[in-house]
Amino acid sequence: MANSSTPPNQRVTVADAKLRPSRLDLEYHKRKRYYVKLPTSINTLIAGILITLISLWYGQNHGWMPLAASEEAPLVDGLFNTMMTIATGLFLLIQGAIVISIIRFRQKPGDNTDGPAIEGNIGLEIVWTAIPVVIVLVLSVYSFEVYNEMGGLDPAASRDPGPQKTAVAPGSAMAATLPEGDGEQLALGVGASPATQGRNAELAVDVLGLQYAWIFTYPDSGVVSGELHVPAGREVQLNIAAQDVIHAFWVPQFRLKQDAIPGRQTELRFKPEVAGTYPLICAELCGAYHGAMRSQVVVHPPEEFEAWLQSQIAQQAEETPTVAAALPSESDRLQARTADWNVTSDTLASLHAHHSF
Amino acid sequence: MTTTTPLEPNPTPPNGEPEHNERHWKDFFGFSTDHKVIAIQYFVTSFVFYLIAGAMATSIRIELATPNPDFLGYENYNGVLTLHGTMMIFLWIVPAGAAFANYLIPLQIGAKDMAFPVLNGIAFWLVPPGGLLLLTSLLIDNPPVAGWTSYPPLSLISGQVGEMMWILSVLLLGTSSILGGINFVTTIFKMRIEEMSIYDMPLFCWAMLATSLLILVSTPVLAGALILLSFDLIAGTAFFNPTGGGDPIVYQHMFWFYSHPAVYIMILPVFGLISEVIPVHARKPIFGYKAIAYSSIAIAFLGNIVWAHHMFTSGTPGWLRVFFMAATMVIAVPTGIKVFSWVATMWGGKLRLNSAMLFAVGFVSMFLVGGLSGVMVASVPFDIHVHDTYFIVAHFHYVLFGGSVFGIYAGIYHWFPKMVGRMLNEFWGKVHFVLTFVGFNLAFFPMHILGLQGMPRRVVQYDPELTSLNQLCTVGSIILAISTVPFLINAVWAWFWGPEASANPWNALTLEWQTSSPPIIENFEEEPVLWSGPYDYGIDREPKDEQSVSELLAEVKAEL
Ligand code: HEM
Ligand SMILES: [Cu+2]
Ligand SMILES: [Cu+2]
Repeated sequence: MANSSTPPNQRVTVADAKLRPSRLDLEYHKRKRYYVKLPTSINTLIAGILITLISLWYGQNHGWMPLAASEEAPLVDGLFNTMMTIATGLFLLIQGAIVISIIRFRQKPGDNTDGPAIEGNIGLEIVWTAIPVVIVLVLSVYSFEVYNEMGGLDPAASRDPGPQKTAVAPGSAMAATLPEGDGEQLALGVGASPATQGRNAELAVDVLGLQYAWIFTYPDSGVVSGELHVPAGREVQLNIAAQDVIHAFWVPQFRLKQDAIPGRQTELRFKPEVAGTYPLICAELCGAYHGAMRSQVVVHPPEEFEAWLQSQIAQQAEETPTVAAALPSESDRLQARTADWNVTSDTLASLHAHHSF
Repeated sequence: MTTTTPLEPNPTPPNGEPEHNERHWKDFFGFSTDHKVIAIQYFVTSFVFYLIAGAMATSIRIELATPNPDFLGYENYNGVLTLHGTMMIFLWIVPAGAAFANYLIPLQIGAKDMAFPVLNGIAFWLVPPGGLLLLTSLLIDNPPVAGWTSYPPLSLISGQVGEMMWILSVLLLGTSSILGGINFVTTIFKMRIEEMSIYDMPLFCWAMLATSLLILVSTPVLAGALILLSFDLIAGTAFFNPTGGGDPIVYQHMFWFYSHPAVYIMILPVFGLISEVIPVHARKPIFGYKAIAYSSIAIAFLGNIVWAHHMFTSGTPGWLRVFFMAATMVIAVPTGIKVFSWVATMWGGKLRLNSAMLFAVGFVSMFLVGGLSGVMVASVPFDIHVHDTYFIVAHFHYVLFGGSVFGIYAGIYHWFPKMVGRMLNEFWGKVHFVLTFVGFNLAFFPMHILGLQGMPRRVVQYDPELTSLNQLCTVGSIILAISTVPFLINAVWAWFWGPEASANPWNALTLEWQTSSPPIIENFEEEPVLWSGPYDYGIDREPKDEQSVSELLAEVKAEL
């Protein structure tokens, strides 16, 4: 800091000479005194222990996350809990220092003098540069681990094939690690976790986002649905596309989200674990009815999933063209939009069920 | 450590008595080249837009008091939302930063005016047309509805006229910002009084240096993106339009290449303001001058290489997500240095808890929350869950409102006496602070939980299970709306009838306090003399100190 080690100051103005006599040699020593004074009382120790305990407890017990229903979700939650622990600790430490300052170091009535002329403290400054460095290093490595474990770095999902719908891997070593057939397809998003990389997922579903609905097609059986049905404990691969504008597929209980982008294929690969029905939300502004673009994910026990699939196959064989209309204008819109996508009236009805709460 | 050469007691150049024209009230309504007039014009204009955008925010929150779309409805919600965001950024925070920069930079470095006074006037006069254009766009049939980010393809298919007006308006405002940036950099480098080395500069000038460099690097890219977008919109090109083979992701990269730095363009000037306000009212030197100065520059540099953290769920490959995660996390380091330094400046001081200081302390503690959630959302796997949810809305309002707006209020309470020559009322200032603080936390803290639980942003309706938290937010936002009333009355009343302010009511050391309040037309009667560093508080000012010298010496000896 400028001036901190200058010899006696000669900067004197005419105006303020009286108010401000020149500095003394002593000033340096006076400051030195503050440099060595660090808080080391027993109170500090107790406060430190308390902050640590509260942070550790709160990091695990904030209760802010919804149910964790996929294999990936507990990984994200573990990371979040760690970040909450650190954040709570820093919050208490710094807010504590602020509150103590405004209580203890408040100007006393009638005291118009200045505080001590402390201009810095190299030791302290090094410490509080090092603390964030260590924290972000730990968080980066931990996040990297979690992301890799979730499948974010699966080569098939982490290289950009550019803006075309179906991309062909450039006959490289990478293509060799993939199985033949649709393994040549590259799409951005979250892919297979390291344990299952190179293998096809147990169930593939094509996902199409359009204003304002999701359409799920099961390529193996040809079933088309407005809700996503998946078996628990099986790896599912969603191949996500958008018809008109950008949408985003989000299931909070899975902690997974991926944009659906027109002209580009994206993917999400995950393993649902807990049977149940969860909201499926469009998270990217896609127009006036974006808020209504909701559906649901049903995670079935595996046998139940088979039954559902069979019932759909049977049902779609005997198409009924009547539309159960809850919202006439909107259903017209949806019907027009979905005409070329081979959507049944039942699908539409199930879409409507989730449009208004 | 630099040793500044002790200054010669500088006899002021005998260039005769400059004649002082009186400032006329009409000057404030026309084209002026006086940086102080332009600054006031910026302040008043941006505050008017803040009130309008704030009214929009309140209507958004009223809509969200119930889970159903029953107030603004599907038709109006997105238009109001788009204008709220765009105005808050381009017509409130950014020009309010320019207002402080205009007012303070020449005064703090002892200059008579900006380097390019005419350019300065032009920069300001781009703002009102830009603002009016944006406001009218809401009244036409097809208002802009694609959010302040205006992502294609949505922005290309929801009505040409409104979207085009939005683009033109943002281009005007961006141009204004670039012209301002050029002026600030030049002024800071070229117009300091001779004795003032760059390390004698007040930290606000350092912050504005960093901000202006960021503006100059990034804003042209936004202009480029918007011009290409307008071609797609009206000329049928396909830069970003996928139906013609364009790539909407390229727009996102270009947009965020500007708009991430933009968040630093909005916060760095406020960092500067806080670094001025806290030492004055804590009566203590700023803790770690150089660390704070350099961290501004570091933030400006890093701010340019983190843009894709807004695209972790978009069309981005995994390696890119991981790279931008790491780069983003690094920003926590210089930011942390600043926060710690401010707290250390207060620690052990003699705090005057007036309105300016309360808002400054409020800034530090609210910005801290935004910073902590910022590190969280930098983490790719976590951001995949919370991206585009209310967690993000909470995060950026803690940074932009709890940060920028609190800091701007601190600055207004601190420099109002200088700018207007009258004192604001302290009691109503404190009422304003308490209402703002309570309302703000009530309005925005619950949004963190809403986002984690599953509420996406930019929606007009939501899961009824989330109603009670949403209602809490709405109550908070109404308290916030009310909180501006005491401030407005206070400011208007004080402007005309407040007690007169002395030249240096806070006993501060930076140069702007060495001239009258308000300063005369060319700022200083005679070139000011740098008789102290900007933050040399507590140094030999009190006779008491001198009396205890021997005692001190003894102590020092004992310790050595
Ligand atoms: C007066 C208090 C304010 C309230 C109650 C408020 C409320 C809101 C709400 C509820 C949203 C989200 C709407 C949605 O996602 O559907 C929003 C968005 C936003 N707000 Fe505020 N806000 C306030 C002040 C500010 C300030 C001071 C800024 C400063 C720059 C700001 C910047 C933004 C931005 C950039 C957006 C995003 C707009 C978009 O998604 O396109 N707001 N605000
Ligand atoms: Cu949507
Ligand atoms: Cu950013």
